[in-house]
Amino acid sequence: MAQRMAIISTHGSLDAAYPPLILATAAIAMDMEAAIFFTFYGLEIVKKGNADKLQVSPIANPAMPQPVPGISVPNIIGVLPGMTAVATSMMNGWMKKANVAKLSELLEMATESGVRLIACQMSMDVMGIKKEDLIDGIEVAGAAAFIEFASDDAIALSF
Amino acid sequence: MAFNFDQELDCSGLACPMPILKTKKAVDALQVGQVLKMVATDPGSLPDVQAWTAKTGQELVGHEEDGGKFTFFIKRIK
Repeated sequence: MAQRMAIISTHGSLDAAYPPLILATAAIAMDMEAAIFFTFYGLEIVKKGNADKLQVSPIANPAMPQPVPGISVPNIIGVLPGMTAVATSMMNGWMKKANVAKLSELLEMATESGVRLIACQMSMDVMGIKKEDLIDGIEVAGAAAFIEFASDDAIALSF
Repeated sequence: MAFNFDQELDCSGLACPMPILKTKKAVDALQVGQVLKMVATDPGSLPDVQAWTAKTGQELVGHEEDGGKFTFFIKRIK
């Protein structure tokens, strides 16, 4: 039985940020070890003060529920200015109604409970992100550090 | 069915994964042999608590459901 969960997080949208944090904190609660490797846009999740500012894109996202049930809004509407903010505010409203924890709270629980948060050094260099731009307690490392963790009996997931 | 318990935890209104994260903390704070009563309204909490006890080796002594309210009695055995 795997005793570790190794997660790669490559996307910086609100909907892509939840699964890694939920699964990693739950894995710790189930007496496993967990690590999340944040690379490319995934780094947005761990930028200081940024977790609750992540957005959800309505463009090329046909699975996005309609704002008014039963009335179909063409997906192309998503390209209009301000539609990302509208979609984000809708999603945040649904999350709040369902009592889902905020990303900042999950991130705090992850840090507190001992999830290893690893920021990809190469992505940071590419995107001009410095360690001080990231939340406290994050490690900066490369692929080998993640693989070393994942190679020891881990469930490996990518988001 | 009524069970004796030593501590209580209310997870009403909380969504996944919060009930499990809070249950883990609360069970860790028990002495071995003590029982936690946990209340949740998340419909996914029954399979989640069953999975959690199976994986962590703690014991789900009993559970009941009453109109969308789930009550669990979890015994710390290790």
